[in-house]
Amino acid sequence: MTILDDLKYSKDHEWVRMEANVATIGITDFAQSELGDIVYIEVEAVGEILETGDIFGSVEAVKAVSDLFLPVSGKILEFNEAINDSPDKVNRDPYGEGWIIKVEIETKENVSNLLSAESYKELIGA
Amino acid sequence: MVAFAGYEMPVRYDSIIAEHHCVRENVGVFDISHMGEFLVEGGRALDLLRSILTNDPEGLKVGKAMYSCMTNEQGGIVDDLVVYQIDTEKYMLVVNAANIDKGVNWISQKNTMGANLKNVSDDMGLLAIQGPNATQLLENLTDVPLADIPFYHFTIGSICSIADVIISATGYTGSGGFELYCKSEDLNTLWNNIFEEGKSLKVKPIGLAARDTLRLEKGYCLYGNDIDDTTSPIEAGLGWVTKFNHPFTASSILKIQKDKGSRSKLVGFEMLEKSIPRKGYPILDENGYEVGHVTSGNLSPSTGKHIGMGYVQTALSKPETKIYIGIRKEKIVAKVVKLPFL
Repeated sequence: MTILDDLKYSKDHEWVRMEANVATIGITDFAQSELGDIVYIEVEAVGEILETGDIFGSVEAVKAVSDLFLPVSGKILEFNEAINDSPDKVNRDPYGEGWIIKVEIETKENVSNLLSAESYKELIGA
Repeated sequence: MVAFAGYEMPVRYDSIIAEHHCVRENVGVFDISHMGEFLVEGGRALDLLRSILTNDPEGLKVGKAMYSCMTNEQGGIVDDLVVYQIDTEKYMLVVNAANIDKGVNWISQKNTMGANLKNVSDDMGLLAIQGPNATQLLENLTDVPLADIPFYHFTIGSICSIADVIISATGYTGSGGFELYCKSEDLNTLWNNIFEEGKSLKVKPIGLAARDTLRLEKGYCLYGNDIDDTTSPIEAGLGWVTKFNHPFTASSILKIQKDKGSRSKLVGFEMLEKSIPRKGYPILDENGYEVGHVTSGNLSPSTGKHIGMGYVQTALSKPETKIYIGIRKEKIVAKVVKLPFL
């Protein structure tokens, strides 16, 4: 189970990588391994401004469908189109090629509620 | 692991898709010991079975198996099962795990003729060895000539030095192979020997999730999803195991349904847009009116298509008919296709 130290995490098993005021968001290694084979990821919220906790899309895996909850509020800038063609990227490289969206955030406060790698490890019992 | 009908069952050991392909292209092993087994014996055994089963057990002979439904007074399905004729007056019924208690009660109630009925579910283990390489995997473990066992036939013999195993050319995957019924205490030995032998073939253990995608591609009904106490075998497309040459529970109701046509029918459908149908989603007509519901659905790993089964009004059951699936507030177009999908 890989949990990267330099990322922030949500209790809904998403990770957040901050670069200036842009957050890159994906699902954690734990989430992808629980979901198993991902068939596709649907995000229709590009261009929208959403609040923390809003549903911004869904992950359709062979086993089940799960909603994706936004871990930070802001404007959805971009969806990773590369995972449209090969959703298995999310299974294979959840923190890299399998990123899902980029969000423009307004204030630093947005990320202060997120979990550190340490706290996230505790949450999933890793 | 997941709780299923009182058992801890593996949903998957590995990737569901990898397990699926392993069965379609090679061979995989399922521990399905949760399935229930009843023995029906004695001079009145056949009479009892003829009175409760939609298929006709008169057509059986020793060494042959048959798929059937067992109906309630309204013509709904109490359970779907496989009947094995073990000996002249001895039959084994293999039932769904979730229906073991219901089945025992139902058959006992119908057993006015005094056949001997015994629930031996706890004494029996069951492995399904499924896939085109199943014979190759098992042939060195037994003296029984496996290739000589026709589909839906069985032999009782020794395998992995375990005596009296029912070696049955049956399964729920549509990829061929065998089901091995043994005593519970022999199950570990059987499993370990098969995996030892299967190393070179790269045999995989297969979980419940791939069992579901495998059977769905073949259009096999899953009890609790596609069929239940309220659906009839006629509606469910199980007319081929409903034989009106003998009276059975609710046979007169089902005969009328068969002759006049049922109001709804279980159909297969294929999504025309990217979306996976799931059990319980509504099926709509083009105006958005609900005309049925999805009973099973998933990705078909073999074809890459998104497929499902569900009940629709009979008027909408013809292949190529456009239907719509209500998926999380959206209306996604699908078309009815002929079963099986594969």
